[in-house]
Amino acid sequence: MISRLTQGVPKRGWILLAMLLIALLVAPRFVNDYLLTVLILILYFAYTGQAWNIMMGFAGQLSLGHAIYVGLGAYTAAALYVHFGVGPWIGLLAAVPVAMACGAIIGFLAFRFGVAGVYFAILTIAFAEFARIGFDHIRYTGGSAGFFLPVAQYTTNDLWNLRGKPVMFYYVILALTVAAFMFCHVLLRSRIGYFWLAIREDEEAARALGIDTFRYKMIAVVISAGMTAVAGVFFAFYYNNLFPEQVFHISRSIELILAPIIGGIGTLFGPILGAFLLTGLSEAVTEVLHAIGFDFPGAKQVFYGICLLIVVVALPDGIWPWLVRRLGLERRP
Amino acid sequence: MPVDIYLNVAVSGLLTGLVYGLMALGLSVIFGVVRVVNFAHGEMMTIAMYLAIVLFSAFKLDPLVMMVPIAGVLFALGYVMQAGLINPFVDRPEHSQFMLLVAVAIIMVNVLLLLFGPDARSVQTSYAFDSFAFGRIIVDATKVYAAGAAIVVSAALFAFFKFSHVGKAIRACADNYTGALVVGLDVKQLYALTFGLGAACVGAAGSMLVLIIDVTPPLGPQYTLLAFVIVIVGGLGSMPGALLGGVLIGMTEALAGLLFTPSAKSMFAFAILVLVLLFRPQGIMGKRAS
Repeated sequence: MISRLTQGVPKRGWILLAMLLIALLVAPRFVNDYLLTVLILILYFAYTGQAWNIMMGFAGQLSLGHAIYVGLGAYTAAALYVHFGVGPWIGLLAAVPVAMACGAIIGFLAFRFGVAGVYFAILTIAFAEFARIGFDHIRYTGGSAGFFLPVAQYTTNDLWNLRGKPVMFYYVILALTVAAFMFCHVLLRSRIGYFWLAIREDEEAARALGIDTFRYKMIAVVISAGMTAVAGVFFAFYYNNLFPEQVFHISRSIELILAPIIGGIGTLFGPILGAFLLTGLSEAVTEVLHAIGFDFPGAKQVFYGICLLIVVVALPDGIWPWLVRRLGLERRP
Repeated sequence: MPVDIYLNVAVSGLLTGLVYGLMALGLSVIFGVVRVVNFAHGEMMTIAMYLAIVLFSAFKLDPLVMMVPIAGVLFALGYVMQAGLINPFVDRPEHSQFMLLVAVAIIMVNVLLLLFGPDARSVQTSYAFDSFAFGRIIVDATKVYAAGAAIVVSAALFAFFKFSHVGKAIRACADNYTGALVVGLDVKQLYALTFGLGAACVGAAGSMLVLIIDVTPPLGPQYTLLAFVIVIVGGLGSMPGALLGGVLIGMTEALAGLLFTPSAKSMFAFAILVLVLLFRPQGIMGKRAS
């Protein structure tokens, strides 16, 4: 296990990783409240991007409906907390299996019936949209009027119930991101990781080699869904309000996959780099437009869209693979 | 009496569905030939809708008449998009194409938001409240005109692909890419033409749809999704399938809105999509891919 974690990473990579981790650990001491919320957002996207990357980047299954797993995780944990007083850590034990079951259903239907490529992507959108409209009509969780967790001004941090100041949430999401990074690193170096890469590159050939492609695609979907649901639980307790129109919306699914695509699909560091660049860019554009007085609704997104377009056209593999070549961080065999 | 209500709603759904079908036809034509899924389809339609609204409010030009120039503008937009942006992406993986068009879609939605603001806009034509009575069925005049125009445009497109030289050349590209190259067709040029034609369908559909519904910038993504649902139900790449899917989804939404609650109506469209994907993934009219 430990050897799998460490093998194949060049020394320079270790130094950079350690420096980044230390910087993130001490960051709350030096940044103001606003920057802290930006950092939380960045880590949130880094984490969800990592989870999505397992399905797309490793196993090659394009999901455009990951908001469904965020939403199911968020709503399950929030419902348990509001209706039964069950805390988020216990709630996770229900939220993750619910999302995993949903992922398994979607995966089973798609892979059994040979739904692949564009069709698979649209099937995932369809399920997410179905959930969005469905949750609009579920009274138990507030329907379209929204579902709210009780909020109060907290002076102490209650880690067990995830009630507290942003700093606590920051360290929780940082821990999640680090854990996801290490987990994905181990997965990629394991047998299953190699199976996934084989399926991604050529599914027919993988099957010819005796890989049970159905089984390993299912595992990818289920792991990815479960990890994403954890982010959903975090989302529910951090924002304290859930609206189906927002949580399950297709734009959430797209938001969530931007970081890994921009950063570099299938790479471990891509989602993290992408989250930093995109969220940083988005906030910077807001600041600049505000400063020059061009603060109209939509202006920020136009610039954001243009930047996205430039990256997609100029660096189709993402920024991280390009940066790796530039910094000489290639993994040595 | 209750039967009359259902009949009226079904007919109204059928007419709206024909306009949906024309919009989806554009997506289907583009996918059938270029093999790129246009994730900015609904956004292009909102552009057409806003064009119609500007022409109407500034110059009192009727959207039904302006359908032709608006389709022309959208044709140019589609042509430029394919020739300038999408052609290099034709051979790239799906997620890469997806990102490109999502970026285009984000820009389109928000430029519209910048220009027109978030409020809903509509056109008030002199015939907005007219209606025709066919026996016991009463239908809005606007829907009849819109559906009629949708049929005419679709028929023109069918004829173009069936009989014209360029149309045949485009079908050749779709059938056999390498073969088309071998016989000396300028495939990239024909792709741009196809994307332009798909966009023109959307433009025509959009200028008719302003007669039926109000438009806001966020409507774009919703219509992109609707177009996907329709073409997959009908058969991605099949032209009659797109129209059939449009009618089917239009009627389903109308009847579901009547029988259940209007806010749940798209759920039924998505339910149909899931069923079709599972039991007939090539769509109702689609050919089985090998």
